[in-house]
Amino acid sequence: MRRVVIPLAILVALAFVPKLAIDLPYVFKGPLNTPGTLQLLALCLVFGGLALSYDLLFGFTGLMSFGHALYFAIGVYVAAIAMTRWHWGFWPSVGATALVGFVLAVLLGAVSLRVAGIAFAMVTLAFAQAGSILAFKNPYKWTGGEEGFGVDYHKLPPWTVGILNTSHLYWIALAYAASVFVIVQWAVSSSPGHVWQAIRENELRVQVLGLRPYVYKLMSFVLASMLATAGGVVYLLLLGGATTEVTTASFTLTLLLMVVIGGTGTRWGAMIGGVLYVYADHRLGDFASSSAVSSLPSFISTPLQQPLFILGVLFILVVFFVPRGLTQIHRVRRPKTLQRLQEALSR
Amino acid sequence: MSTFVLLTITGLGLGAMYFLIASGLSLIYGLMGVLNFAHGAFLTIGAYAFWFTETKLDSLSIWPRFLLAAVVAIVVTTAFSALVELVMIRPLYGRHIEQVLVTVGLALAITALVTAIWGNDARVIAAPKWLGETTTVVGAHIPNDRWTEIGTAVLVLFGLEAFLKRTRYGLIIRAGVENRAMVTALGIDVRKAFTLVFAIGGLAVGIAAVLSSVYFSTVDPQHGTALVIFAFIVVVIGGLGSLRGTAMAAIVVGLVQQYANYYASSGLGDLSVVLLLGLVLLVRPRGLSGSFA
Repeated sequence: MRRVVIPLAILVALAFVPKLAIDLPYVFKGPLNTPGTLQLLALCLVFGGLALSYDLLFGFTGLMSFGHALYFAIGVYVAAIAMTRWHWGFWPSVGATALVGFVLAVLLGAVSLRVAGIAFAMVTLAFAQAGSILAFKNPYKWTGGEEGFGVDYHKLPPWTVGILNTSHLYWIALAYAASVFVIVQWAVSSSPGHVWQAIRENELRVQVLGLRPYVYKLMSFVLASMLATAGGVVYLLLLGGATTEVTTASFTLTLLLMVVIGGTGTRWGAMIGGVLYVYADHRLGDFASSSAVSSLPSFISTPLQQPLFILGVLFILVVFFVPRGLTQIHRVRRPKTLQRLQEALSR
Repeated sequence: MSTFVLLTITGLGLGAMYFLIASGLSLIYGLMGVLNFAHGAFLTIGAYAFWFTETKLDSLSIWPRFLLAAVVAIVVTTAFSALVELVMIRPLYGRHIEQVLVTVGLALAITALVTAIWGNDARVIAAPKWLGETTTVVGAHIPNDRWTEIGTAVLVLFGLEAFLKRTRYGLIIRAGVENRAMVTALGIDVRKAFTLVFAIGGLAVGIAAVLSSVYFSTVDPQHGTALVIFAFIVVVIGGLGSLRGTAMAAIVVGLVQQYANYYASSGLGDLSVVLLLGLVLLVRPRGLSGSFA
């Protein structure tokens, strides 16, 4: 019962956010229903969903991919190119994007899953790098090179265009995050989902039981990639253009940061990690330029100007001290002395 | 013909740099099972140490200034690399995923820190004129820095091989790559070897930092990250943990990249390297040397 009620309650509460004119000083720049705040919240939700799709691979199946950015970028770029360069309508473009995402995930997944462990990470990284190079090189003048390009907004559904419609975009992002949550929950509790988690724990044993880990890993890979592609389309609607930033290897690495900071292989960890990460990434910049920080000596204030520095350090600390992630912080093993004391007392 | 010679030598020069970066990665992976994602950041640190020392020594004439800066860069990366192993990798002994994660975090944090301190703009490196002059071979005018890169990489390869084959520590490292549990069982503290391979990796990457700064004539915060991805590809193609395989793969990758960039179209070289990787994995999933993957 709780498994359904709590997520549903959160969903309903989040759905009402664009109707609330509450001002949260320091937390957000403006009241909740202003376009700026809604845009940031929508971005948080998209990355929450994307991080969860990555966790399906990393946390639930035990596959460390360094190329997840590729499938997100496919969502952003293919949809944008179809609408802007080929002048397709919105829905045909989305369909084509889904198709490209699916075919590419099957093909590249089939190749990269021939190797395991670190080699798998490297191969996925290399394929994603190929995508990144393509986006930078601007073949046929499609990708707009380094600067990227804005999508032709005449092709977008009119209710998603313009600053007044930010609340609609917020709801789309919320729907995306909620769908990823439901799909991932459903998938990991299905019978292939159990096999994924078994592969994560002990692949050899799964093989000995007579199952083919390869097929199951490919399923997980394709599902996670498709969810990322969908996220890419939502991101495109949100930003109204494609930028090379989403194709880079660092982009995948930030996904890894989100998932690990939040907690891998859990119901909420990855999603909360993604939301927190994006929020911190955007708000730390304002924090760094505030007078409180700039009055500090330069050897402290200079590093604080780079959110990625703070987040990278936080990530390392989490790996060292809270290896299961911040959402599992209450389960951190207590220091041994405390434990012994407790045992002695309970005797 | 002369273009072909120029491309070949330039490709070999590029391969030499890939080898210098990849050799450390490959040794570290072979011995410890850790893929060091911070290796690119080490390269960036080395390049910035080189540039920074050069700007501080601008009263000197170019050769001593260049050589001193190179020495500083190499010392900095070697020390930093060993320090990272001691402080960040060692406490997570036996937890491979966490070790990789820490190096990922380190890579991002270092790049961000360098950006915060020196900004995003590329900084120009001063190099002795001789490195930019050309020597004519079979009608091709080849810049001298290409020869320097190739020569240095060959020296490092032979030096490393001699170290691994002739010294006691080299023996421990080789034995550790083959079977770490057995070496530990014989009562040898393998962890000293861990720090050592990190230091060796740092040394090689420091040399690569100097050479690549000269090759591109600028440094920027993304300097290492851009190069290290190709070094990763080299390591996987060569077979993780094999020095000879790494050298072979570095040459192949450097040449393919140069030829494809010139004969097909610019930018295709990078793509064809990735294709090559896919091909190698399809045919020989364990890499060229077949030692480990």
